[in-house]
Amino acid sequence: MVPQDLHYTKEHEWVRIEGDIATVGITEYAAEQLGDIVFVELPDLGRSVAQFAAVGVIESVKAVSDLFAPVGGEVIETNAELAEKPELLNSDPMGGGWMLRIKVADRAQVDRLLDPAAYEALTSEG
Amino acid sequence: MAQSQNSPLATPLADRHAALGARIVEFGGWLMPLQYTGIIEEHRAVRSRAGLFDLSHMGELFVEGPEAAAALAYALTTDPASLKVGRAHYSMICFPEGGVLDDLIVYRLGDERFMIVANASNAGAVSDALAARLAGFRVVLDDRSLATALVAIQGPRSAGTMAHLTDVSLDGLRYYAIAEGRVAGIPALLARTGYTGEDGFEVFCDVADAAAVWDALIETGTADGLIPVGLGARDTLRLEAGMPLYGNELGRDTTPFDAGLGRVVHLSKEGDFVGRAALEKARAEGPRKKLVGLVVRGRGIARHGYEVFAGDRRVGTVTSGTQSPTLGQPIAMAYVTLSEAEPGTIIDVDIRDHRVPAEVVPLPFYKRPA
Repeated sequence: MVPQDLHYTKEHEWVRIEGDIATVGITEYAAEQLGDIVFVELPDLGRSVAQFAAVGVIESVKAVSDLFAPVGGEVIETNAELAEKPELLNSDPMGGGWMLRIKVADRAQVDRLLDPAAYEALTSEG
Repeated sequence: MAQSQNSPLATPLADRHAALGARIVEFGGWLMPLQYTGIIEEHRAVRSRAGLFDLSHMGELFVEGPEAAAALAYALTTDPASLKVGRAHYSMICFPEGGVLDDLIVYRLGDERFMIVANASNAGAVSDALAARLAGFRVVLDDRSLATALVAIQGPRSAGTMAHLTDVSLDGLRYYAIAEGRVAGIPALLARTGYTGEDGFEVFCDVADAAAVWDALIETGTADGLIPVGLGARDTLRLEAGMPLYGNELGRDTTPFDAGLGRVVHLSKEGDFVGRAALEKARAEGPRKKLVGLVVRGRGIARHGYEVFAGDRRVGTVTSGTQSPTLGQPIAMAYVTLSEAEPGTIIDVDIRDHRVPAEVVPLPFYKRPA
C-alpha cells in the first residue's frame, strides 16, 4: 500500500502538502522501475515552474527519465544530498530520497493530483 | 527464424526468471531478463565473484561438410581454416559493400564442423546470408538457434564452480577454446568465452536440458557468491571491457576498420570472400572515423546517439554510455573524427542541450587483474 497522506502523479511522483509547501519525490514503484539511480539533475533555487513541467532529470544505469513538477510554483529547496548519494532514490525514495520543495502558487492545482487509491490502481494495472 | 515471428520468443529458462522476480524486456525478438536484483549489484558480482546468464536468445548455426572451412572463409572476414579443432575466434560477416552484417564467434568443433554464434537480433539475417553464400560448397548449414540453449557463467570464481560440474579438464580449456563433454551430467559444448572481460564459460546444450544446467550452476555456485545476471549488467560489463555491441558500435554503415577491428579482416587469406574488394579499398583509404573511449569529466551520462563536439564543430556520435560501476564514473564509446581521437583530447558531449566535457581515453576501460 502506498502512503495515504500523500498525493501522486501519473508520472510516479509523490507530493506532501504542508501549508503552502509541496515536498516532491518519486514513488517506490518508480524507483524500482528505473533500477539503480546514479545521477540526479535538480532545478536551480528560485526557479518558477509550471505544473507538470519537466524540472529535473533522473539517470539510472540503464536510462534517463524526466522529473515533472506535480504543482506549479517557486523552487525553494532541493535535496543537496542526492548529488553525492543518488542511490537514496532507490533505498529511501519516499523519505531521505525526497527531491525538491516547491512553494505552491495555486492550491487548486492539488486537486488535479491522484489520491492514494487512484495511484494504487494505476500501478497495479501492471 | 526468430525475426519472422510476431510475438517475442521465450527462452527455456523463462519460468526460472519469473520465479527469481526478474524484470523482463523484449530484446532481439526474445523476452529476456533485464535485471534480477539490480544492475550494479549484478555487475559487481561478475567482477568479484561470478554471475550466471541466460543467453539462449543468441543464434547457433552449425556448418558441416568437406568444404566447411573454405565455405566459411568465403562467407566471413576471417579464415576459419586457420583454427585448430577445439579453438574459436572472433569474426565478422560483412555486406559486399564492407559494412558489418554481424559480429560472430566461430568455433571449430571438428575438421569439417563449425559452430557460429550470432547476435539474437541478427540471427535470422546471418542464417539467410550464410545459406546464400554457402550454396555451391559441399556443406550443410543447420540453424539450431531455437533448439540450442546457452547458459554462461562469468567471473573470477567461474572455474571453481564449473570444475565441480564438468568432466572437461578446465586446465586444458584455454581462453577461446571449446570442448564437448558434460555439464551437470548433461551433454554440452563447453567454451571458455564470454562478453564481460572476465574469465568464464559458455555452455551450449539442448533447450530441454537448459533448466538442469541452470539449476546445477545456481546450486553449486551460490555458496561462492554466484548470482543470476541480466542483460542490463551484461551491457555495462561489456562496455567497461571495451567490447562492441552490434547496433551501437557496429552496423551496416561501419566497416571493421572503423571499429578498430581490422584484425578480424584476414585480407591475406586465399581466394575471394564477400566484401573483400570493399574492405581492401577501406583499408587502403584508412578509416574515416575512430572508435574511442570517453570518460565524462562533467556531470551527466553520455548515452547512445548523443552528439560530440569540438568547439562548434560536430566531430562524432556516442555509441554506448553508462555510469561505470567499477570506475564510478560515466564512461562511453564514441565514433569521432581522427583529429579528435588521441587519448587526452577533451571534447564536449551534448547532454540534453548542455555541453559537458569528456576526455578521450584508451580502450578498454577495465582489464581484469592478471
